[in-house]
Amino acid sequence: MSDHVVIVGAGHAAGQAAASLRQEGYEGAITMIGNEPYIPYQRPPLSKKFLAGEIGIDRVYFKPPEFYEKENITVKLGTRVTEIDRKTKTVHTDQGETLTYSKLLLTTGSRVRELNLPGFDLEGVFYLRNVGDVEGIQSYFNKGGKCVIVGGGYIGLEVAAVAAKHGIDVTVLEMAPMVMARVVDPIVSRFYERVHKEEGVKILTGAAVSGFEGKNGQLTKVTCADGTAHEADFVVVGVGILPNVELAVEANLEVENGIAVDECCRTSDPDIYAAGDCTNHPNPLLGERLRLESVHNALEQAKTAAAAICGKEKPYAQIPWFWSDQYDLKLQIVGLSAGYDQAVVRGNPDEGRSFAVFYLKEGRLIAVDAINRAPEFMMSKQLIAKGVSIPAEKLRDENINMKEMAAFAI
Amino acid sequence: MTKVVFIEHDGTEHEVDAENGTNLMEAATKHLVPGIDADCGGACACATCMIYVPEEWAAKLPAKEDMEETMLDFCDHSKENSRLACQIEVTDALEGIRVSMPASQH
Ligand SMILES: Cc1cc2nc3c(=O)[nH]c(=O)nc-3n(C[C@H](O)[C@H](O)[C@H](O)COP(=O)(O)OP(=O)(O)OC[C@H]3O[C@@H](n4cnc5c(N)ncnc54)[C@H](O)[C@@H]3O)c2cc1C
Ligand code: FES
Repeated sequence: MSDHVVIVGAGHAAGQAAASLRQEGYEGAITMIGNEPYIPYQRPPLSKKFLAGEIGIDRVYFKPPEFYEKENITVKLGTRVTEIDRKTKTVHTDQGETLTYSKLLLTTGSRVRELNLPGFDLEGVFYLRNVGDVEGIQSYFNKGGKCVIVGGGYIGLEVAAVAAKHGIDVTVLEMAPMVMARVVDPIVSRFYERVHKEEGVKILTGAAVSGFEGKNGQLTKVTCADGTAHEADFVVVGVGILPNVELAVEANLEVENGIAVDECCRTSDPDIYAAGDCTNHPNPLLGERLRLESVHNALEQAKTAAAAICGKEKPYAQIPWFWSDQYDLKLQIVGLSAGYDQAVVRGNPDEGRSFAVFYLKEGRLIAVDAINRAPEFMMSKQLIAKGVSIPAEKLRDENINMKEMAAFAI
Repeated sequence: MTKVVFIEHDGTEHEVDAENGTNLMEAATKHLVPGIDADCGGACACATCMIYVPEEWAAKLPAKEDMEETMLDFCDHSKENSRLACQIEVTDALEGIRVSMPASQH
């Protein structure tokens, strides 16, 4: 049988994997199958510049359309893979096609977690994952009015920032006692709550949404468990995502909170690989298994998977990083703060819009949230990868340049 | 359209017609010029779109903002004449500019 790499999904990881396969010297056939009507595009702008209308779709594509032609990559869009048959090494699609693969790469990504509360199907209730979702949200932007955001995570808060800039009256309802509670220290949560307030966005924490109400099929308000109601012309729900693992489960691949892969993106079937949001993978630097939702992870795993398909071992071993843009704030996060026992603040979170929080565990630097603080982010990237400890009083001391921080590493 | 020449680390030149209003990183990726990774897609968050700008052109470019300046300050291959391509808007003033890329963006 001739070489044929089939890539399921056409997102960030798929686009990078296709490019990397060619860079690694793979000359066989490549077919990418995606159920969205677009070639791979970048999702981060969907809650940032693209949502704001500052850039069009052509500036969001991961690679230009010509790329796939030039690299001889067959792209099937609007097509869903419905089944993997490992015995015959084939995949079936909802267009009735059957494709034979020599190697299969799963980059199925993730989907939004839905709130199946009363009124969920009213006009004006949105999620945000795809270009199509943005178009729906934007159609309300132009009308002004009121917006409720359900969930105070990155995506919800980014949408809140863009909507506020469009002159929309925005209320964020967060169930936890703080925004971004899952990932950052309360110092950072409080800072974001302050900035949103300064920008005219209302944030209500401890607010459990119980349903949506409407008139003539159109949303008019969001109700909470405590009986309060919030008027809204539209609502954007951002309450997390779920990895798309169903194909893998049905094919009896090992799945545990994501498609289980090793450090070279190999699944439990030697001819099937997986990369991106859909995977659960080991991180040798951190000594634990992770499922991540980030561009960096999608890109790096895609490179690793492509290399592995070409018979080269390029294990994925990097410290995770991520960014979020809200208003004039650039948040850059490196490392994972879970399990930290000390948060060290550099700068003043109560005034202005620039500071960093270092997360220490038994003295070791494990993560940093840097807000408009590139030096803290860039230096910490290196320090965290080395697994060093740095005394809190040094990290805190703004008289010490971040470049000199390595000298205090223990 | 503005003519821009990207020079790979090994000396390979790529002359492209860059669309005004986009940025130099996009000009490179749109024309499939290798050597610029642009992991963050132009958010000034990753510093993997570094280019070197010859002296005679440096003064004609918009000044670096703080974020760009500090990101570059911490990059491995950074030099005096480094810029982040995603932060440079393509305008007529750039006609004929020649910029080069480091051996690796990582
Ligand atoms: C609004 C938003 C903002 C974000 N902002 C940031 C940010 O600032 N920084 C950051 O690092 N990350 C951000 N992310 C996360 C980042 O976009 C994802 O981690 C990344 O897109 C993951 O890439 P992927 O290729 O693994 O999956 P996806 O991009 O989800 O791609 C998977 C594709 O596969 C398709 N698919 C699934 N199953 C099938 C099937 N059976 N057949 C055919 N096709 C299928 C899906 O429809 C999808 O198109 C953001 C995400 C969103 C939604
Ligand atoms: S593309 Fe990331 S900083 Fe330019």
